[in-house]
Amino acid sequence: MIGVGRLTLPPYADFLGVTAARDTDGAPLFKLGFSDVVVGRPGFLHGGAIAGLLEIAAIGTVLDALEDEPGTSAKLITVTVDFMRGGRPRDTFAAAKVTRLGARIANVEAFAWQDDREKPIAGARMNVMLRRG
Amino acid sequence: MAESPPPVLAGFDPNAAIRMIVGFGHNGALGARYVGHGGDWVELALDYRTELVGDIASGVLASGPIVALMDMATSISVWIKRGAFQPQATLDLRIDYLRAAIPGRTVVGRGECYRLTRRVAFVRGQAHDGDPADPIAHVAATFMMTDAQ
Repeated sequence: MIGVGRLTLPPYADFLGVTAARDTDGAPLFKLGFSDVVVGRPGFLHGGAIAGLLEIAAIGTVLDALEDEPGTSAKLITVTVDFMRGGRPRDTFAAAKVTRLGARIANVEAFAWQDDREKPIAGARMNVMLRRG
Repeated sequence: MAESPPPVLAGFDPNAAIRMIVGFGHNGALGARYVGHGGDWVELALDYRTELVGDIASGVLASGPIVALMDMATSISVWIKRGAFQPQATLDLRIDYLRAAIPGRTVVGRGECYRLTRRVAFVRGQAHDGDPADPIAHVAATFMMTDAQ
């Protein structure tokens, strides 16, 4: 599932249990498997784990968009997360959209969902600083 | 950080509650530790671990563990200010990264509840990696009381 193009994930993704694939359109798709590592209050996902999944999706999608510029780094400057529904003990998916890819800054939106992509459990808006390789 | 012993809160033992919260699930997996608390704040620490790295080239911690630490610290600050445990859910959380945490250093996160209503708690916090005057991140968040009418 992993290592498609530049969809190589950091150690933190292994810690959380996040893997990457591509959906039928070729867009990066990320999955957080459920485990004790991601539990917040009993029966629900931890907000920090959900934010972690959104971050991995955002950075992964930005680097994927810059696939032909190896050596580029992407660092978060601001992250604003809205938690919309409690995350239940099951797989969680995430995808991100780069709304603007500038020379130095990328604006990214990411969403996480479980059973129904139209019913997100969380969304995030991020400003990402780019250092082009 | 507390100069005087924290106040004793009726019906809520912050020390016992914090020990329980930081040792469970995601918080326990991250390995967060209790540092100190006052009437409306708590400080937690997160030791550097290579498995929490977000950027292999630099060795800098990922954002997620910092968000989790600050979510936890600000959550607990609400219960301390209220003097009772009440179920709550994070409504939104914004984090600004002022600079990258230096690889190898322990991150200390301080969460403070500065306004508490029946249904909503307003919190803020900062994280640093050794010098509180040179923070790595700033957080503003809100919580909703899930049991409030």
